[in-house]
Amino acid sequence: MTDLQGRSRDFGPSDDPWAVLRDATRARVALGRAGDGLPTSRELEFRAAHAAARDAVHTALDADRVRAALTGARVGLDVLEVHSQAPDRATYLQRPDLGRRLAPDTELPGGAYDLALVLADGLSPRAVHEHAAGTVAAVLDRLPGWSVAPLVLAHQARVALGDPVGEALGAGIVVVAVGERPGLSSADSLGLYLTHGPRPGRADSERNCISNVRPPHGLGYAQAADTLVALLQASRQLGASGVVLKDEGTTLPPGAG
Amino acid sequence: MTVRRTTLGGHTHEFRSLTDVLAKATPARSGDVLAGVAAESQAQRVAAQHVLADVPLTTFLTEPVVGYDEDDVTRLILDTHDPAAFAPVAALTVGGFRDWLLARAAERDEVAISSLARGLTPEMVAAVSKVMRNADLIAVARRTRVVTGLRSTLGLPGRLASRLQPNHPTDDAVGVTASILDGLLHGCGDAVIGINPATDSPAQTIALLELVDAVISRYEIPTQSCVLAHVTTTLRALEAGAPVDLVFQSVAGTQAGNRGFGVTLDLLAEARAGALELGRGTVGSNVTYFETGQGSALSADAHHGVDGPVDQQTLECRAYGVARHFDPLLVNTVVGFIGPEYLYDGKQVIRAGLEDHFCGKLLGLPMGVDVCYTNHTDVDGDDTDTLTLLLGAAGCSFVIAVPGSDDVMLHYQSLSFTDVLTARSVLDLRPAPEFEAWLAMMDLLDDAGHVRELTPEAPAARALLAAARP
Repeated sequence: MTDLQGRSRDFGPSDDPWAVLRDATRARVALGRAGDGLPTSRELEFRAAHAAARDAVHTALDADRVRAALTGARVGLDVLEVHSQAPDRATYLQRPDLGRRLAPDTELPGGAYDLALVLADGLSPRAVHEHAAGTVAAVLDRLPGWSVAPLVLAHQARVALGDPVGEALGAGIVVVAVGERPGLSSADSLGLYLTHGPRPGRADSERNCISNVRPPHGLGYAQAADTLVALLQASRQLGASGVVLKDEGTTLPPGAG
Repeated sequence: MTVRRTTLGGHTHEFRSLTDVLAKATPARSGDVLAGVAAESQAQRVAAQHVLADVPLTTFLTEPVVGYDEDDVTRLILDTHDPAAFAPVAALTVGGFRDWLLARAAERDEVAISSLARGLTPEMVAAVSKVMRNADLIAVARRTRVVTGLRSTLGLPGRLASRLQPNHPTDDAVGVTASILDGLLHGCGDAVIGINPATDSPAQTIALLELVDAVISRYEIPTQSCVLAHVTTTLRALEAGAPVDLVFQSVAGTQAGNRGFGVTLDLLAEARAGALELGRGTVGSNVTYFETGQGSALSADAHHGVDGPVDQQTLECRAYGVARHFDPLLVNTVVGFIGPEYLYDGKQVIRAGLEDHFCGKLLGLPMGVDVCYTNHTDVDGDDTDTLTLLLGAAGCSFVIAVPGSDDVMLHYQSLSFTDVLTARSVLDLRPAPEFEAWLAMMDLLDDAGHVRELTPEAPAARALLAAARP
């Protein structure tokens, strides 16, 4: 008999055939049963994963924590804070349009920069807490000679909030590092969205995306920064971003933004 | 544009168009707030329901909410309307229609209800659903019969089928096979073994089609396969001679929405003809499969009508108007997938799931539901249990099931295989008859007809696990 990998294998009487299924995929196969339901242990495992994902969505972005992490990662840029027009999480979740606009009293210092970096809570503030500083440090290390605007921490923010932020700062390109929608086994995934010539009204097709920055399970900081910097250089040269920047694997995933 | 008014509790409420009445009469949901069309108070919502209840059904034939000249879905709906089928209810108002449906349901007159389908427009059905409570939606849907078939028969009374959804983040053949086997061992897969491919390439689609076809052929399973690629990809697979059972496509309720999905009515007709030509059915010849979901038109900015934005539930029903033109084997709403900006919490998702099921059935569709949620929506397993059992009571054709509720490719939660077992058990529902016979032949059922929990030594388990043998 062969197993699902096609390797030769003999099932003795003590072998568990279900292990063959479990080894073949990360899907939750061969969980066993309690009557027509799941065994208690499996049911509680699932609830724990869902709880972690739910909590990741509803955790508030902790600016002090992000600042401390940035300092720890030796990122020397000033840090500014902005809020979108969504006053709270419930509104944010139901009104993506408000999460794309800056609160009316927002003041950002205008300048002339090659790049602005926005750290946006998105759907997982936890991803910003855990991975933003490491990502920013790795990106800045690879951009000698680029003028970079003060970092902007954005509360209740969607990807497109980077457009008015980048425009106000006078940045040629904006990169929004945003907490992605948590999955059951990935509550802390950071996405990086690059937009050339940021201004309100940019379409998703004018952005490039690197998804799943989440070491050690997803992309590492260095790997993500290498890809992002290659895109940044190509974007600056081309004077555009999005579908015109033909880089394999950087198109927007469905539902992004 | 006709202004309509009513006085309720001393207050006069005015609605500027039929579109406005439909939107304001809709039970609360976040997507209509996002679109700026929702009722501004509870009183205004009920006032709109009063007004809507008095609208004659014939009004929907003369006052389209999306323009006839600019929208091919409207043209399809009105040009294929069947006056003879409409005749029994042609003189009724929306409120009168609700009463008529409830009376026929109480009489268990399935023929009277089910014969209306081609005489009803999506807007009529959406309208009546807005003045119905959840139990009304269940009671009438339960007595609406829509039976379809290809290699299994779906929609028969006392049955609940399931789509086995063995998705894998990289379309890995071994991983997909493991999930298929797990589902079969739980008695799932009688509606379809349907994979959402990780990439939309023709080569990958063909490889997955061949993989599932091999499993189905090897064990002579009376079901069908589907790879839910874009219809243009499926056309390429058909040209390449791949074993295509079902042509899949997501559809929306406006021409602009379908353009957003990259499809036209002609393209759907062409693909359906290609699949029909293969003649792969044994008990029927329904060869299409459609998915829909409230909010898809709004998310594509394709929700505009002659009098402004149209509410998401009316547009959802118009998507059914598209689907029914292609005689589908399966249609399901992906009710909790699209996100909290369209359906915010368990209450809204449960309501929408029951509406979609009722409306699809009444329009003549073999209606299933993907009872599901994302992690940023306020929904959990208790909510999906509630909706699943309500849908089972409503006579839902099929639900979707994934291993352990966790779709590791699309990153959302649907039902688990055990949820299907529970619903069948609690409500005394059985799998599709051909598939049930196959389960019995494979020794997967106990004497009472339940899917048995297998021991590691069980011959059935060993036989199925051998599917991995090259």
